[in-house]
Amino acid sequence: MKVRIRRFDGQKEWWQDYEVDAKPSDTVLDVLNRIREKQDHTLAFRQSCQMGSCGSCGMVINGLPALACQTRIGELKTESIRLEPLYNYKVIKDLVVDLNDFVNKHRSVKPWMIRKNPEELEEAPTEFKVTPEQNLTFVQFDYCIMCGICLAACPTVAIDPLFLGPQALGQAYRYIADPRDEGFEERIDILDDSHGVWRCHFAGACSYVCPKGVDPAKAIQYLKKDILKYRLLHKKRASTKPAELVQKAPPPNAPKPPPFDFKVEGGV
Amino acid sequence: MRKDIGMETLDYDVAIVGTGLAGLRTAIEVLRRDKGKLGLRVAVISKIYLMRSHSVSAEGGTSAVLYPEEGDSFELMAWDTIKGSDFLADQDAVWRFVHIATQEIRLIERWGVPWNRREDGRIEQRWFGGLSFPRATYAQDKTGFFEMRALYDTLLKYDNWDRFDENFVTSIVIENNEFKGFTAIDLKTGNFRYFRAKAGVIATGGAGQLYRITSMAASSTGDGYGLAYNAGLPLKDMEFVQFHPTGLVPRGILITEAARGEGAYLVNKDGERFMQKYAPSKMELAPRDIVSRAIMKEIMEGRGVYDEKSGLYHVWLDMRHLGKDRIEQRLPFIREIGLKYLGIDIVDQPLPIRPTVHYNMGGIHVDIDGKVLSSSGMPVKGLWAAGEAACVSIHGSNRLGSNGTNECLVYGYIVGNDVYNYIEKERPSLPSPSQNLLLAEEDRIFGKLLGKESGGEDVYQIKDELKDTMEKYVHVYRTGSEIEKAVTKIRELKERYKNIRLSDRSRIFNYNLEHALELGFMLDLAEVIAQGALLRTESRGAHARLDYPNRDDANWLKHTIALKGPDGPSFSYIPVKITMWKPVARVY
Repeated sequence: MKVRIRRFDGQKEWWQDYEVDAKPSDTVLDVLNRIREKQDHTLAFRQSCQMGSCGSCGMVINGLPALACQTRIGELKTESIRLEPLYNYKVIKDLVVDLNDFVNKHRSVKPWMIRKNPEELEEAPTEFKVTPEQNLTFVQFDYCIMCGICLAACPTVAIDPLFLGPQALGQAYRYIADPRDEGFEERIDILDDSHGVWRCHFAGACSYVCPKGVDPAKAIQYLKKDILKYRLLHKKRASTKPAELVQKAPPPNAPKPPPFDFKVEGGV
Repeated sequence: MRKDIGMETLDYDVAIVGTGLAGLRTAIEVLRRDKGKLGLRVAVISKIYLMRSHSVSAEGGTSAVLYPEEGDSFELMAWDTIKGSDFLADQDAVWRFVHIATQEIRLIERWGVPWNRREDGRIEQRWFGGLSFPRATYAQDKTGFFEMRALYDTLLKYDNWDRFDENFVTSIVIENNEFKGFTAIDLKTGNFRYFRAKAGVIATGGAGQLYRITSMAASSTGDGYGLAYNAGLPLKDMEFVQFHPTGLVPRGILITEAARGEGAYLVNKDGERFMQKYAPSKMELAPRDIVSRAIMKEIMEGRGVYDEKSGLYHVWLDMRHLGKDRIEQRLPFIREIGLKYLGIDIVDQPLPIRPTVHYNMGGIHVDIDGKVLSSSGMPVKGLWAAGEAACVSIHGSNRLGSNGTNECLVYGYIVGNDVYNYIEKERPSLPSPSQNLLLAEEDRIFGKLLGKESGGEDVYQIKDELKDTMEKYVHVYRTGSEIEKAVTKIRELKERYKNIRLSDRSRIFNYNLEHALELGFMLDLAEVIAQGALLRTESRGAHARLDYPNRDDANWLKHTIALKGPDGPSFSYIPVKITMWKPVARVY
């Protein structure tokens, strides 16, 4: 099988072809390891858990951002494979991209449990009571493995480097939706911003490519709803952004558009 | 000696290597104890990215006594742990551990873990192997992942720490039995770094990559063990390698014990639930060492199923009778794994499984507070270890399922506090090691290894042969003559390792260099494991000798201590701390 990899050594960029034996049950990560161990020790890519839990091996496989360890050769249904580093990130070497900006955006939305009385987070003689139904309101958004794949698919991230992006926004919602969290007011001004939730125009690409079913696009629409509701109730509008942007935001119950159409060009 | 590289020195109060549950929990504990009082600065160092550590793959549960009014107790959990350990656990440490586990479960609940709940909103628990009470607290079958999320997110709220993702630690700097920092390569730039710190914590996890079939991550190469061993520190009980009974064929991906906790059957090729022959009262929920031995026995005696694609023999794990609803609520990830890797839906079909290397009971020799002990038995000033990297010993010769993640949390808490107390009381100043030590380490990596022009041995070829050797000769069942073959082969590989030559000479993300350094650790460890296994002429827990099938308390109720010598490891033994229960026959 032919594998074409987009390479970069810090200065120059090129496409390199490898010929590898691969079974349909092999994963793309198996193939990469085979290339690195048997053919070319200089090839750089990240990996760790090899079972879709750690988020290390996100890359663009035949035009679609995905985890290499969870993509089997057989399901690609192509004669050859084309691998690229995740889109919308600065490339450091070969398939390794710079995640600093991604990590910082995530941290900026205060993705941790906030209580009005912070002492409640320091000692826990009993647990907070959460019913199984309440668990369902946020647990899906807690599946995020921070692979960064959603940002590689997001058309808005591609044009607005300041956009918080689906991962960070989804994680803000993970806590806001959690019945134990009381931090909505602390986070609202970060989210209610022209580079925050309102920048999302609901392409849905993030949810389409998410390997863990987090559905960040849904989380962002819920955030828009919560923010609008809060602003209406409190008759307060964030001063930092143009008012018409709020009015242009799609209603929370807008129908979901079809998934972003990724064109897989015929072979490599 | 090359001088053109230049070394960057980074000063911290505390430097933590490894960012799984134990490392993150330690970092949080130091910062939350401090709250700015001493203004301690913490360096959190990982060879991969934070949140990529292998703790995210822990699946089934975390044991703790939550509701004693319903019949559980600290005594019962301690007894289960000690009996599970085949009586090689230090009982004083187990007693302390079971008490702190309760608080940790509730604390991380408040930090966000979405534990599965009862209808009344309290935390739900379930059965696990070797337990006398269903005390495995769980969040679906992604328990470790959700715990990591909660710890990582909580750590993000503190300011007084810096993250060093993708920094590979190459050595522990110790002089006069005093910790003086870590040397590391910044993989992003290839620069050499010296983390100068008053206190160091090693929380680097296990070494599953010594084997061909393992549930452990590619990053679990036992670096912490290697670092300690190379620094002249003792390793304890390394011959006890846990094989998890249910690794998915062919890769060995973990299929959680919770599957059996929820009622899954183990079935051989004749459709027989064979565990009734080996553990009639506990059946599939016997401890891991016993179930792994049973599966291998079934395969050795011809009742395994042959898988043509992989050439491996296996048995079946059958969950069909659990029903779709229960599977979706409690084992969704196992279903996802079956579908993604084999195209098998566990609702309709059984999974092919066989034992897979899962955990190292042994580790860096530490005391009950997690302080790293030197060869003299005295603590090294300023150095701790926690989690799988350390051996207290809580788990003796066999860890119970659901006792791994809680050890990380409990020892993160204990070590974090102990580190804080040390700095608060002793007010140590930043160490000043001899420059020659640091320059020699820099030269070892960038001069002697990266710059080496001679030699024709290949890192990956040696690693392949090492994995095959361990898989073949130091597996669930061992015999003296087979282990000897492993020892001979490992020594040959160590000789060949001296002649390796790197084909990647670049500085940025040179994985070839990182893998070569890891392989150095792995070869040393393999030698310690194999030789320790050869010397221990008994069967106890995860160490099962066909030529010595019985436990031998008269001669072997003791911990193995391995030290690096000029020609391989030297061994000595220390007593097990028995404070509550004398060893008895272990029947399930």
